[in-house]
Amino acid sequence: MGASDFSKLPHIGESLRRKEDYRFLTGAGQYTDDITMAKQSYAVFVRSPHAHANLKGIDLAAAKAMPGVIEIFTGKDVEGKMGGLPCGWLINNPDGTPMKEPPHPILAQGKVRYVGDHVAMVVAETLDQAKNAAEAVVVDYDVLSAVVRVTDAAKATALHDAAPDNHCYKWALGDKAQVDATFAKAAHITKLDLVNNRLIPNALEPRAAIGSYSRATEEYTLYVANQNPHVERLLMTAFVLGLPEHKVRVIAPDVGGGFGSKIFLYAEDVCLTWGAKQLNRSIKWTAERSESFLSDAHGRDHVSHAEMAMDKDGKFLALRVHTDANMGAYLSTFATAVPTILYATLLAGQYTTPQIYVEVDAWFTNTAPVDAYRGAGRPEATYLLERLVTRCAWELGLGQDEIRKRNFITTFPYQTPVALQYDVGDYHACMNKAQVLADVAGFEARKADSKAKGLLRGIGYSSYIEACGIAPSNIAGALGARAGLFECGEIRVHPTGSVTVFTGSHSHGQGHETTFAQVVAARLGITCEAVDVVHGDTGRVPFGMGTYGSRSISVGGAAIMKALDKIETKAKKIAAHLMEASDADVEFANGEFTVKGTDKKVTFGQVALTAYVPHNYPLDKLEPGLNETAFYDPTNFTFPAGTYICEVEIDAATGFTRVDRFSAVDDFGTIINPMIVEGQVHGGVVQGIGQALLENCVYDPESGQLLTGSLMDYAMPRADDFPHFKLDTVCTPCTHNPLGTKGCGEAGAIGSPPAVINAVLDALKDLKVIDFDMPASPARVWEAIQAAK
Amino acid sequence: MQIHLKVNGKSVHLDVPPNTLLVQALRENLGLTGTHVGCDTAQCGACTVLVNGDAVKSCNVLAAQVNGASIATIEGLAEADGTMHPMQAAFKECHGLQCGFCTTGMVMSAVDLCNKHPKATEPEIRELLEGNICRCTGYQNIVRAVVMGQAAMASA
Repeated sequence: MGASDFSKLPHIGESLRRKEDYRFLTGAGQYTDDITMAKQSYAVFVRSPHAHANLKGIDLAAAKAMPGVIEIFTGKDVEGKMGGLPCGWLINNPDGTPMKEPPHPILAQGKVRYVGDHVAMVVAETLDQAKNAAEAVVVDYDVLSAVVRVTDAAKATALHDAAPDNHCYKWALGDKAQVDATFAKAAHITKLDLVNNRLIPNALEPRAAIGSYSRATEEYTLYVANQNPHVERLLMTAFVLGLPEHKVRVIAPDVGGGFGSKIFLYAEDVCLTWGAKQLNRSIKWTAERSESFLSDAHGRDHVSHAEMAMDKDGKFLALRVHTDANMGAYLSTFATAVPTILYATLLAGQYTTPQIYVEVDAWFTNTAPVDAYRGAGRPEATYLLERLVTRCAWELGLGQDEIRKRNFITTFPYQTPVALQYDVGDYHACMNKAQVLADVAGFEARKADSKAKGLLRGIGYSSYIEACGIAPSNIAGALGARAGLFECGEIRVHPTGSVTVFTGSHSHGQGHETTFAQVVAARLGITCEAVDVVHGDTGRVPFGMGTYGSRSISVGGAAIMKALDKIETKAKKIAAHLMEASDADVEFANGEFTVKGTDKKVTFGQVALTAYVPHNYPLDKLEPGLNETAFYDPTNFTFPAGTYICEVEIDAATGFTRVDRFSAVDDFGTIINPMIVEGQVHGGVVQGIGQALLENCVYDPESGQLLTGSLMDYAMPRADDFPHFKLDTVCTPCTHNPLGTKGCGEAGAIGSPPAVINAVLDALKDLKVIDFDMPASPARVWEAIQAAK
Repeated sequence: MQIHLKVNGKSVHLDVPPNTLLVQALRENLGLTGTHVGCDTAQCGACTVLVNGDAVKSCNVLAAQVNGASIATIEGLAEADGTMHPMQAAFKECHGLQCGFCTTGMVMSAVDLCNKHPKATEPEIRELLEGNICRCTGYQNIVRAVVMGQAAMASA
């Protein structure tokens, strides 16, 4: 079934309330820390208090003698017994040599490289006993000088022998000579330096895991707060522990938010799985929030210089970008793809810029590993481009809307100069709708009102695009991915006509149990109550690549659609037999099979029962049962896009900046459940505004200590930081998947930061503040105002 | 030490170390895992329960400190037949939850908020929810849910 027919099915586009809500609302959700195993022991990790140090020795004598201690593992125990954590994406330098890929040990081997690096795992009968023993572990550190800023990395003490200048890779995209030549004859060039501030994901459920092992079956089980249990299992068995996959079951039960930070294979997960066999005990570990701050993979942390060459009318001719990207101390699972494949390829944005050259240098520093965080590369690209475009407008005396409209892509498919081909979109429609929604016409009056109150008001635009539905495996493979990026879905029709769906996508808040059930119910003409969705268990779901990059509905949903096609094909044959008709004459709609031109019909339930009670059945031609599995590998990325308009009010006396109005118009293609989609946009926008106004991860540049290491120090967005957002949509269905969907999980976080900062700069223009780096906290805004005086 | 509590209307007796937090007593001793731990600085509010009717962050109080108190957790909010409390129903209706982890504490805070401020306006509700962090929803639908739950509680 194609996208056009699909979108017309009953209940597609209806805001059905979520099936999963009852358990969450009554306290019956089951997150990893809620699970208690028989004979469970507890692990606590001894972490480095230093950003960079040689390990001279570890004295475990006192700790091992503490009450309740079962065992303490250090680097020496794992050395030679397992590999290090793998990086899932190979990036090559322009000369074809591979990136520097130093070992990422499971427990520190001779050296620690960031505050929070894992040195030892203490296992005890109770959590308190494990904590007490961890404090008694004596580690002799020889402290080295640390580097935390990406721009200081080249001159700092080397973290790894394999990377003597701390350089991980240089990567480039585009024709430099051609772009330089265009710049040389451009009528106007706009330049901008910017920092994309480092963020700490802070999913509300801290990371947690329980490792178990059965000597009877030689099977390992790992419960883990994770977004992609099959990927976790693949990485852990194939690259680290060398175990056969069928002996390892990974279960990601209810997971309390991910935002990217729970994609990755972490050292703790490996230690718990391996340790469970060594001790023949289940071992549970739950991160404290301060551990999450130190050891979850962080996000962003780019320092960039961007230049746009234009003709006299503001038409973009060429874009030139250099970015330094902070990898942190080690390469996390997808770290290397973020500032390259997921970033540079988005720099065309919504514009016809014909030539683009991007160069990226990635560096090691003594900070937590940096990896994908909601948007992953695309927020960094959008922030750079949309800040630059607004600067271009102001330098040329054009409106923020006008410069965008002059450069919008209007014909599709559109081949960008940075590898991607956009299939469809309508950027003018999003812009026009956003301007109405935001009541741009009333801005000057509101600005006058603010002025009367002694406040400054500014308006900011951002027209974002993102590449979602990750990813065509062949393209990803050619670009360095070490995994495929398809998805798997199984439809199990039960004899009484109800259905269980097994999906490789994983829901950690996105509401798949409802949206996917809606898809299946609509296709089969049954109720949503008759459909249950199972996810997050390698023991139940055939395979899966998991949830990230706004891929679940467009890739996971498409796999379910393919499986449904197979179900429908087989069910028609069964129905044809029951109605004594030819297969070709059977039609299926609204849960009923009919024969063209007759009044014969059988229901989906009758066919399901017949498949399992095949008394009257074409057994010579057809197997009993109604159970189909499909794998779907997308042929292109999907390209959600939209325009966001933000208005801020600033008190120049204090620097306090308040988002007064925020309007978002998104094109997500087909929308299955508008309520859930709006919720995703709300959450994304708040994370984006959080980055723009509040959040900032700060390491001390001398000691490498994390200064924003708790919720007391790191400003998380709260309910009273925001106005009521206005949302609307445009729909140009994706042309290459059977649903027409594009994905909606990250758009808010991608589109909103530049809209906010452009609004801040618009408000501060009259005070001669022309540049500003996130976050626009009161102190930083006030300082910028003073500096411009 | 011996501690007596009334939890969700039932008397319970616990023998726990004196440093046991209320949240530990609920989760580990009583198996009431609907109350969650999201932080270690009493900032996130995921562990919010009602102590003698007041919203309290149960990670920030010792079980011994509430000896003799009446505790209400999320598990006791719905009716005996499973029918959700009006605030729970409002959260479902308004899509005021996504991953569900902050939700139980958020709902308990919202119930306390509406008991004490039955006529709170939307900006006041936003301010009164300051002690509860949600990373998923962007708060908009939580605020809508509290407005709806407030009305339902007032008319119940």
